[in-house]
Amino acid sequence: MTRERAIALTRIAWLAGFVLLLEAVCRLHLVNPLTLIPPSEMIATLWSMLASGEFAGDIARTFSTVAIALVLSIAIGFALGVAVHALPRLRRGLDPLLASYYSIPTFVFYPLFVAIFGLNSVPLIVLGMAFGVPAMILSTLNGLDRVPRVLMRTAQVHRLGRLATLAHVVMPSALPYLLTGVKLALAYAFIGIIAGEFILADAGLGHAIAYAYDGFENRTMYALMLFVLVVVTGLNMTLHAWEGRLMRRRARA
Amino acid sequence: MSGPATLPAPEARQSWLIDGVVTAVIAIGAWQALHAYAGEAAIASPLKALRHLSGLVATAGFWSHATATLTAFAGALAISAALGIGLGLVLGLRRFAGEVAEPILSGLYAIPKVTLYPVILLIFGLGLGAKVAFGVIHGVIPITLFTLTAVKGINPVLIRTARAMRLSQADTIRTVLAPAVLPEIVTGLRVGFSLTLLGVLVGEMFASQRGLGFLIVNGISLHNVKQTTAVILMLVVVAVAANGVLLWLDRRFIHRP
Repeated sequence: MTRERAIALTRIAWLAGFVLLLEAVCRLHLVNPLTLIPPSEMIATLWSMLASGEFAGDIARTFSTVAIALVLSIAIGFALGVAVHALPRLRRGLDPLLASYYSIPTFVFYPLFVAIFGLNSVPLIVLGMAFGVPAMILSTLNGLDRVPRVLMRTAQVHRLGRLATLAHVVMPSALPYLLTGVKLALAYAFIGIIAGEFILADAGLGHAIAYAYDGFENRTMYALMLFVLVVVTGLNMTLHAWEGRLMRRRARA
Repeated sequence: MSGPATLPAPEARQSWLIDGVVTAVIAIGAWQALHAYAGEAAIASPLKALRHLSGLVATAGFWSHATATLTAFAGALAISAALGIGLGLVLGLRRFAGEVAEPILSGLYAIPKVTLYPVILLIFGLGLGAKVAFGVIHGVIPITLFTLTAVKGINPVLIRTARAMRLSQADTIRTVLAPAVLPEIVTGLRVGFSLTLLGVLVGEMFASQRGLGFLIVNGISLHNVKQTTAVILMLVVVAVAANGVLLWLDRRFIHRP
């Protein structure tokens, strides 16, 4: 336990040191204030921005788009994962696709999506799902593959029906792996949607950051960046901790 | 993080090829259907895109854009690989530092790095430097993480043997670690390759006057959908082909069954 605490403390010390270094570099005017502003000022600007509700619309837009993309990624990815798991020949056929899918720079499709669906949330949702759906499919397959055979046989011995087996045996056992898929789908939804908003959009956090950059509004830009990074990291870490807890419980069971 | 690295048995190789062809045919069919649904103004048909592409590659202007992208990508990949493998080896060897750094790196991997692009533009200015830096921040983290995981998962007997033989750290890395972790590093490089390309292209799409990413966005703003579709087609084919070559090299020489 002491070693784990030492690791955690060292990590916090490094991060704190990095923030302090940024602060010092800015305060001592070692970098141009047009390039970087001190972290304390970013926090102060962010605070007053959140209090005034200036960017409430952009924040709501981005988060609702991410939520829709996440729910769709999970639902579609899980359904496809279960279907592919049931059809081994299809699964083998998908192998070349899955092996090369991640090498495609999906973001280049975004302008086309805009031309097809119009400049609204739909192309962003599609972009947010582009990596989330396959991640969820792979996690579902992984989870279903790892249901211990002894559990399946126990279900058979108890003469559980198909649905009952799914609800009481398969799902609880596969849950930690499904959560890994959810975690990845969330990260990919944020990455895709904010990148899309950055390149071409009429609202949203990515658009607000790009707009602030174009208008030399450095304080706004850095405050919004800080907001995005803190919120996304917080969400990712929460899911990560939950996943770890489920994995440990599964290992104990 | 990456696609699966399953190894087909020799007899399965032929069916793998057939599956690949079927997948390509389905993709082209879906493209044609999308074209029929969305119309000429939104997406060009496969045939038109191919014809436009063959016209495009005959122009010198196209090659100056392609060279701009390729230069930035090559630079970014070289820096990502050197930095990522070096950092991964050091962090993997020093357990404590590795455990301190790993969650930070995974956290960085999962954030939308596009938000940081303006900072990079402010530091490097518009141009090649910013594109390379943006490619590096996308590519370096997966390469580091794959290398770090590989070194951590190495058989401890190998390390103890190296210590018993009193090899220096440099010798240990060169003669023991590097050969043992090579397969994982190759996988990491394949992922890093894709993400570096993604980073360079996103950089060009957001703020650049040159490069293939610029051509894509430029086609849309000039209502020249044929150009956008043709460039995307070329990028996807090149990316998939490069990935295929790397996979093949991996299976042929490194993950030999």
